[in-house]
Amino acid sequence: MRALAIALSVVLLASVLVAIGLGPAVIAPVETVRYLWAAVSGGEIGPDEVTRYQIVWQIRTPRVLLAAVVGAGLAAVGVVVQALVRNALADPFILGVSSGASVGAVAVGVSGGLAGLGIYAVSAGAFAGALGASALVYVASRSAAGIMPLRLVLTGVAMAFGFQAVLSVIIYFAPDSEATSAVLFWTMGGFGAATWGALPVVAVVVLVALAVVRRYSRALDVLSLGDETAGSLGVDAAVVRRGLFVLTAVATGAMVAVSGAIGFVGLVVPHVVRILVGAGHARVLVVAPLVGAVLMVWVDLVSRTVVAPRELPLGAITALVGVPVFVVLMRRRGYLFGGR
Amino acid sequence: MPGLRFDDLSVTVDHHTIVRELRLDVPDGAVVGLVGPNGSGKSTVLRCVYRALAPSGGAVLLDSSDLATMSLRDSARRIAALTQENSVDLDFTVAEVVALGRTPHLAGNQPLGPRDRALCDEAMARLDVLHLAERSVLSLSGGERQRVLIARALAQEPEVLVLDEPTNHLDLRHQVELLSLLRGAGRTALVVVHDLNLAAIACDRLGVLSGGALVASGPPAHVLTPELVRAVFGVAMTVVHHPETGVPQLLHSLSTMEESPDGPRS
Repeated sequence: MRALAIALSVVLLASVLVAIGLGPAVIAPVETVRYLWAAVSGGEIGPDEVTRYQIVWQIRTPRVLLAAVVGAGLAAVGVVVQALVRNALADPFILGVSSGASVGAVAVGVSGGLAGLGIYAVSAGAFAGALGASALVYVASRSAAGIMPLRLVLTGVAMAFGFQAVLSVIIYFAPDSEATSAVLFWTMGGFGAATWGALPVVAVVVLVALAVVRRYSRALDVLSLGDETAGSLGVDAAVVRRGLFVLTAVATGAMVAVSGAIGFVGLVVPHVVRILVGAGHARVLVVAPLVGAVLMVWVDLVSRTVVAPRELPLGAITALVGVPVFVVLMRRRGYLFGGR
Repeated sequence: MPGLRFDDLSVTVDHHTIVRELRLDVPDGAVVGLVGPNGSGKSTVLRCVYRALAPSGGAVLLDSSDLATMSLRDSARRIAALTQENSVDLDFTVAEVVALGRTPHLAGNQPLGPRDRALCDEAMARLDVLHLAERSVLSLSGGERQRVLIARALAQEPEVLVLDEPTNHLDLRHQVELLSLLRGAGRTALVVVHDLNLAAIACDRLGVLSGGALVASGPPAHVLTPELVRAVFGVAMTVVHHPETGVPQLLHSLSTMEESPDGPRS
């Protein structure tokens, strides 16, 4: 288990270096490391290398790191959400987060609101939309007996349709096609807008969320036995569920605000990891973020190099790669989630 | 008297009174069975013991202290339950599920120590699931899974075991083994059993619930009379006594249910 975690960390590090080096201008890993070291330590760069240094440090590094952070975050949130709502088909966007974020971002973009936030206005709108959607779904699915998992899933699905309708109306009345491409970006996701400025907030949120959910590994294990049994084992399911929902909603909102809603990773990586290392969250919550990060770094690399200078939507690549892998693994290992 | 005591327990959910002023003692070391028709409030009583429901009146006392004043974790260290939730969502191994029984005794994610592991192995051996330890719980039959969940409750090392229909899904041999395990353990147990004959064999005392109220309680030989069974369950039965143990057993005969003149006669 520890060996697997170390191996995946090494793979992640290597993937990040390779991904930073690849693109229209190919830069060898050795040089990449030298540029990164120069940037971190304040070392000297020859005048003929300035352009390549700029590409590595200003453009590719934040983008690749953002991909790693978001990949790790989506995978971990997916694991937690599936355990919380006790549903194999749940993903980080179950609470209508992705369409809520799109509504927020597009509304800000079209109306020109939040102008005081400058270049972060649209991200702030997306974050607000994501949190608003989560809160709405959460409140709508609450009952005297606490949050009922199935009701939450159904409410999330219903709300997503509602937000889609709002989006359609905005696009219909928007004066230009900019709103349409904005909606496309927020619903398909991408790291094209990555900058050093956008990275710290989401990185801190994701790392804190990872640290917190790992503390709840055993509680999440216990939840899978049912709420009443969890209570008989000293775990208050309602309290755990409420706290972790708020945490995952904030983390998902922060990720969506910088990269849009990248589908599939949060749904499939948790399952793939459970197939590989078993269902125990103490293991899954270590391995899933690493797998998610590695996957996302490579998917982003493919998205920006295959048909450069255009970029393929990330969601299309995650699905193309992930679906066959998932189906093969599932069939070979006789994987079961909640029954036959 | 230590053990478990129901002190005028009442439970009201959505203006429906499900349990009404229940007074019942589960003495230390005794096995007490709750019997009654569907919807008579048996499982609701158990839910108050394993803290899934809070009483709306009265109290459940463990060693004279009110459960409502204890933290969930503190009561989980002393009371283990087999609930009616017989499903497990995730693809855990049998050993992992049983190990979750140690949860209230471990801080956060603290890993199992040697003693925890020994308790889990012992519980699995007693429920005859040790050979399944590395199997996925989701691949087991209903009876095997039931035994795994009971082993999980035993691994919790409780003073009091609360079991909601533990013999469900079990074959005859495992039913008998489970009940003799209950009797032999010397552990306080409160059990909901549907089969009155099994209840008569396994329990020191029975409490009979009907419409949320306790209508009879005492040793099986006193409680299980043809009159009571007819009044509570609406079924006429013949009571015989086991030739060796003297325990009352009920004999069914479909013909005794037929009251219409043209029904079959014996």
